[in-house]
Amino acid sequence: MSDNTTTPQVVLEVRGVSKQFPGVLANDNINFDLRKGEIHALLGENGAGKSTLMNLIYGLHRPDKGEFIVNGKPAVIHSPNDSIALGIGMVHQHFMLIPVFTVAENIMLGDETVKRGSLDRAAVAAKIRQISGQYGLDVEPNAIVGDLPVGIQQRVEILKTLYRKANIVILDEPTAVLTPQEAEDLFRIMRDLTARGVSIIFITHKLKEVLAVSDRITVMRGGRVVNTVTPAETNSAQLANMMVGRQVILTVDKQEREAAEETLIVENLTVRDQRDLETVHGVSFSVRAGEVLGIAGVQGNGQTELSEALTGLRHPTGGKVTIAGKDLTGKTPRAMTEAGLAHIPEDRQRHGLVLSYSITDNMVLCDYYRPPFSQRGVIQPKALDDYARRLIQAFDVRTPSPFVQAGKLSGGNQQKVIVARELSRKGVKLVIANQPTRGLDVGSIEYIHSEIVKMRDHGIAVLLISAELDEIMALSDRIAVMYRGQIVAIVNAKETTREKLGLLMAGAHAETA
Amino acid sequence: MQPEKQSNSPAGKFLQSVSEAALVPFLAILTAVIIGGVIILVVGGNPFAAYMGLLQGAFGNAKAWSETAVWATPYIFAGLAVALAFKGGLFNIGAEGQLAVGAVVSSLIGYALPGWLGFDLPAIVHLPLTVILGMLMGGFWASIVGALKAYTGGHEVINTIMMNYIALNTTSYLLNGVMKDKSPTNVIARTPLIEESARFPVIFEGLRIHWGFVLALLTAVFIWWLLNKTTLGFEIRTVGLNPDAAKYAGVNVKRTIILTMLLSGMLAGLAGAIEVTGLNYRHELGFSIGYGFDAIAIALLGKSHPLGVVLASFLFAAMRNGATRMQFITQLPVDLISVLQALILLFVAADAIVRYIYRIKSKGERVTLTRGWGG
Repeated sequence: MSDNTTTPQVVLEVRGVSKQFPGVLANDNINFDLRKGEIHALLGENGAGKSTLMNLIYGLHRPDKGEFIVNGKPAVIHSPNDSIALGIGMVHQHFMLIPVFTVAENIMLGDETVKRGSLDRAAVAAKIRQISGQYGLDVEPNAIVGDLPVGIQQRVEILKTLYRKANIVILDEPTAVLTPQEAEDLFRIMRDLTARGVSIIFITHKLKEVLAVSDRITVMRGGRVVNTVTPAETNSAQLANMMVGRQVILTVDKQEREAAEETLIVENLTVRDQRDLETVHGVSFSVRAGEVLGIAGVQGNGQTELSEALTGLRHPTGGKVTIAGKDLTGKTPRAMTEAGLAHIPEDRQRHGLVLSYSITDNMVLCDYYRPPFSQRGVIQPKALDDYARRLIQAFDVRTPSPFVQAGKLSGGNQQKVIVARELSRKGVKLVIANQPTRGLDVGSIEYIHSEIVKMRDHGIAVLLISAELDEIMALSDRIAVMYRGQIVAIVNAKETTREKLGLLMAGAHAETA
Repeated sequence: MQPEKQSNSPAGKFLQSVSEAALVPFLAILTAVIIGGVIILVVGGNPFAAYMGLLQGAFGNAKAWSETAVWATPYIFAGLAVALAFKGGLFNIGAEGQLAVGAVVSSLIGYALPGWLGFDLPAIVHLPLTVILGMLMGGFWASIVGALKAYTGGHEVINTIMMNYIALNTTSYLLNGVMKDKSPTNVIARTPLIEESARFPVIFEGLRIHWGFVLALLTAVFIWWLLNKTTLGFEIRTVGLNPDAAKYAGVNVKRTIILTMLLSGMLAGLAGAIEVTGLNYRHELGFSIGYGFDAIAIALLGKSHPLGVVLASFLFAAMRNGATRMQFITQLPVDLISVLQALILLFVAADAIVRYIYRIKSKGERVTLTRGWGG
């Protein structure tokens, strides 16, 4: 794209745009341009102003200052209708789909084709087939959206924008919900789209993706554009520095360590999911004190059910779980906690926090009933307050006060609250961390990784479950690969490669890999 | 994250939270009063005279105050019952039925227990027993619904409504049958008078205000303390706000749901028991003119906060009590009060309207009254 000798056509230009929200200048004199047929990544940490800028372009907010130029003409964007009319489409991070409707119904929603007073489903389906054929977006128009995997639902969202004749597509954190394979698929689709003249703004905070897929990269920090670069002239470390504004250590520093006794022993564990289907088939492994065992695998291969069974959230249907010498098979989360389990749950907003509680209350969510936090069933506010303030300081939770509701914190700070609570508990012998850095910014990831390694170095057993292969490889001493509810291999982290693990994750056997 | 004004001292924080929480209910009442005034005007009345009459009737003299307090007493208990359930994420529509079974048991113990035992009981034993058994009956009645919710996922809204039918029809059957006052002059469905030993003493001679009112205020304080200062309260609120997180945190969610319904039913049962022992000295069919249902409105208006419930109870009590005087002065029908109450409720429930009228920015999350069916 960029090696074209003629000046590339600019389809969207943002000139000097500023937006003030109460107490924060979310966008400060932003200049940004998008060329025809390019993937322009917008990189930045949470709160850098990426979403604000996109909401301004999409007409959800109005800028205080500055102007937009679309296809060479100054554009007035007061509502999403204006931006759709200008050919701008947006795929939100959280999909705006109605699960019980079909793909065709979702796509035509708000722009229905009517024939003699009723919906002309056939015409719409035909048009969808035509568009999906044209852009290589395979979707069955008559499928019910709720039955489709997340990756396909995202295609429906993209189709929705193309159906409305968008030639500028904004993708807001599109890979946050995808498996690595689905993400690869998405990148292929993105390249297909640009080859056919669609321009894409790709919002993300994942460095690797940005370098792999984009033509140009604009980095934002604190409401300002730091720089615009091409992948050829930069690298991960440099981008990370621009995002965070300081040197970031991307590799985890980890000392060699002798693992001791087996803290967690899992024998022949079988687990069924909500629909009563067995998703974990007789899994056995152990985690020693002072080691990190990583469980790698594509999402949906039984990791969620396995971790729920190990933490007391779900009853296993067979097998045995021993923590620190105690048989805790099928015991309650409280029994597990009291035996020395610290659990960083997969879904921090569903399990890990009560969002409308203060940080203080969330800091004692699991220990509120124990002294010094309670005496004879009565909560001791002073003890709670002291403890919360200490943890906020020790774990660098960015908040004006401990009274702030957890729901008002950024994702990274929410996760810090959980990590602080779980890792500070007295008598922790085993840490189970499930997707501990999902959706977090570089700074928070760095911090949480260092805390996990610190636990290991203090002789605590750590079970790390993650869909991010890089995270697994950076932190683990040994790596177990999970595929279709089974552990297909357990390998030494130093003796394996990304490629080998990738093959195992895709179902190849250990011998052939 | 947007920085915002945040008071750090506990007292400042308290005042701030009170004023924030009270703002929308206050404006809802104000709006309802204004619209009510317009309605009065349209039907040919004088709104100022009507509202003055209402205030006089409710607070004009000692007797008016006393009657308002009498009205407020069951409202406070039943309002607390619904509010406590809300805090635990449960919608207890069954306060009316729990109140009825509480009143039936209280009146039975009140008039029949000495006869069964064959000797008189001292008031210090008989009165507490009468109140406590009525309270426990209400709790038992509600805990059935709690157990159904916890173990089968049966939705409490449906089940409390069904339990209301069972309670109210059984009460009717008993009061027309075995428990009917057998005195020759009686033709209505009511129990005999309870023994003197099962009655609360009067506070002021000649006024109907009774110790049950004081007990109601103390109960409100106790419920506030229970919810906010104890581990049980923490568990109830956690289950109410996020049952998944509660389970993760090691709370026994099933037990907490049952316990929440038990406590809620006990409060509703108390409303019935206190009406019997403090005011009527018997149970009579139709004595409760929808206390249990008004209680839902009161809990909503009071934002499920015990102090809010007490204030909302007073408002409803004053409107009910002042209505007669208003009617006497202006010849406006008492039903107008129901319209006024409905308007207040409308604006509290649909607080978006109030926020829109007065341009208040929404803050924080909205109150979840009940979760999805079977959820």
